[in-house]
Amino acid sequence: MSSLKYEDRALKIVGTRPLRPDGVDRVTGRARYGADYNLPGQLIGKVLRSPHAHARIKSIDTSLAAALPGVKAIVTRDDFADMPDDFAAAGEMMINYRDVTRNMMAREKVLYDGHPLAAVAAVSDAIACQALKLIRVDYEILPHVIDVVAAMRPDAPLLNEELYTEGVKPRPTRPSNIAKRFAFVRGDVDAGFAQAEVIVEREFNTKPVHQGYIEPQACLASYAEDGQVELWTSTQGHFVIRSQCAKVLQMDVSKLRVTPTEIGGGFGGKNNIYNEPLAIILSKKTHRPVKMVMTREEVFRATGPTSGGNVKVKLGATRDGRITAAVAELNFQAGAFPGSPVGSASMCAFTRYDLENVAVVGNDVVVNRPKVAAYRAPGAPIAAFGVESAIDEMAKKLGMDPIELRLMNAAKEGTQTYYGPKLGKIGYVETLQAARAHPHYSAPLGPNQGRGVATGFWFNVGGETTCALNVNEDGTVALLLGTLEVSGGSYASLAMIVAEELGIALERVRPHSGDTSSLGYNFVTAGSRSVFASGMACVVAARAAIDELRNRVAKIREVPLEAVQWKDGQAQPAAGSAQQFAAMTLAEIAALASKTGGPIAGHAEINAQGAGPGFGAHIVDVEVDRETGAVKVLRYTAVQDVGRAIHPAYVEGQMQGGAAQGIGWALNEEYVYGADGILQNPGFLDYRMPVASDLPRIDTVIVEVPNPRHPYGVRGCGEVPIIAPMAAIANAVSAAIGVRLCEQPLSPPRVLQAIVAAAKG
Amino acid sequence: MGCELAVANVRQLFQGLGERYPELAAHLDTEVAVAIDGEIYQDALLQAILNDSEVFLFPKIAGG
Repeated sequence: MSSLKYEDRALKIVGTRPLRPDGVDRVTGRARYGADYNLPGQLIGKVLRSPHAHARIKSIDTSLAAALPGVKAIVTRDDFADMPDDFAAAGEMMINYRDVTRNMMAREKVLYDGHPLAAVAAVSDAIACQALKLIRVDYEILPHVIDVVAAMRPDAPLLNEELYTEGVKPRPTRPSNIAKRFAFVRGDVDAGFAQAEVIVEREFNTKPVHQGYIEPQACLASYAEDGQVELWTSTQGHFVIRSQCAKVLQMDVSKLRVTPTEIGGGFGGKNNIYNEPLAIILSKKTHRPVKMVMTREEVFRATGPTSGGNVKVKLGATRDGRITAAVAELNFQAGAFPGSPVGSASMCAFTRYDLENVAVVGNDVVVNRPKVAAYRAPGAPIAAFGVESAIDEMAKKLGMDPIELRLMNAAKEGTQTYYGPKLGKIGYVETLQAARAHPHYSAPLGPNQGRGVATGFWFNVGGETTCALNVNEDGTVALLLGTLEVSGGSYASLAMIVAEELGIALERVRPHSGDTSSLGYNFVTAGSRSVFASGMACVVAARAAIDELRNRVAKIREVPLEAVQWKDGQAQPAAGSAQQFAAMTLAEIAALASKTGGPIAGHAEINAQGAGPGFGAHIVDVEVDRETGAVKVLRYTAVQDVGRAIHPAYVEGQMQGGAAQGIGWALNEEYVYGADGILQNPGFLDYRMPVASDLPRIDTVIVEVPNPRHPYGVRGCGEVPIIAPMAAIANAVSAAIGVRLCEQPLSPPRVLQAIVAAAKG
Repeated sequence: MGCELAVANVRQLFQGLGERYPELAAHLDTEVAVAIDGEIYQDALLQAILNDSEVFLFPKIAGG
């Protein structure tokens, strides 16, 4: 079973706001994160990283480093197998193991500042760092390119002389930094523009930004003499990490047991391997555990940010507000290896709107920067920055309210998307109506203040998911989950679903994660899938347990199975049944389980289908200081259709968190590279993320249009809220100063420059 | 690009498309999501396709 239909029924626990059962450890420091794990005799591993943006590796001499007292092993490219092209799904996009193994440890070339070249295991951090300085690498420095538009030019320095653009016919004869081209077409855009009475055409640019998780990557590997490996790591996907490590190390999956540690944020950035294979092989060579914890600088230099992008948008509309044509070109940086989220960005760029004539082209472009990783609705915020800014400009040109323009063209159930299928039951109109009705939307504004609106769409996903539910001998329930607690409150929500199904108090259900040996495969905890997919699995497992409970009571009470129903946490006589018997509670049945057939459990192994897309509408008020260009966010409201909020407070937390990240993306965050291709701001001091004092309280409105393909109507909610903020803030700044900024971030120097330029006329 | 095929499930669909359009074959199993009469499926080779179903193929989605 991979999909369960929505059941509209009265609920007792789902929809309430109980305290989360796993909160105490997190607020008391008791929770154990990756860096908190230690084993006797462990060594410390450190990575040598490229100081160049692009260079051929002529030789690596580790002899001096190996001779340093306290150094126990060194690994380079020679310790890892080369891999051919081999594609697999992981995180937000396909990965190619040929590229994975090269990102993990450079082979022919280094392709970005920070690219790993070698790793050392030593008895202390200090000795390991000292050893890195003794490794001699002979580089042939090559020209580099870090700008996406520059990288697309025919004369750009090539990162990979064997890379030919896919998706182009005929197949190109010359290599290129454009790895892949996507194209989506519906109708006739030329005819659509011919009908238009008003045109908006703009070009936008965004920079790569990091997910900004507060916990750097950390892992601990222990390789036993018989080839069995234990790995503890901070990850969003312990099964995917197991798969990727086993693949690149050419070992049986069953020999590697991965334990996910508590995670201090991921947001998509912890779906991939980085140091894990290095730690495993260092452990193999030294016969000792090896622990590797990244510094913040390493996180910035070498783990995936999301793409920077160049976005061109053109819209045409009639004077009454009907959009007749929409075109976009999205050029995304993939970093050093192909695989930006330009494909998904291309598909969601215009999906909020019911359009007959659409053409979107997306280019995946390699540049000399770290390989991008997923970041919350990968690609969608970049596309939305362009499209939602253009929609705002169109509304102004038409003299229309921006929400009214969107309502007039809104996608609804049955709207044909330009990438293929019709949309099912969705809540975009309801979301827009709720935003329009919110008091924020009509609140007065003062001087130098402006209001902006923008909307977002994300597909959400399901995927492979397992769980196991065991009834303990006292009638409490142990719930073993395969998705991880990467977002605030998913485990509480899943426990609520099980408590609701079983009809017992929430306090009687205890959720846990396990290692990769304890359950079947689970896809990464990403894609807004955990409460959707694990929720569905929990329902399947709970109902299987209920079947066994009924079966057990039928035997105990000596009645036919059909005479037993499960209701309010008890096995009771079925309504209308002639067979009467004394009801039994879960605890009573559990107490007899060992003598009546053994432990009672339910489990689920599914590939959850039917994820319902989500829509969000954000309203923001800003005030611009015309002397400095500083933008202050005065008020922020996030409205979103979540299908069904299992625990409303945690859904609100997702909406606020996504909005906060989007605000940082809009106003300050960017990777700053010098002309030499070296990252200049690999730290939180100069990579400026918002802190609590930067933001007002973010108000939230939950809209519930149930997803018909989930028993509780759940739609994923974690990713949608990051999509709209960049455009909403750009629209607000435009309203405040009368100038539209098309380059992110809208940092003070950039805003001031626009103000000055406008004043000069 | 559209066509008609006589298939009963997604696996047969991919086989048929791979035979008709060989350049697609390498991508179908790993990179493609399928919408059958508006409902989206990913990694669902055994999902039934009924007579007269409308099927769309598009890039897979995951997330962050």
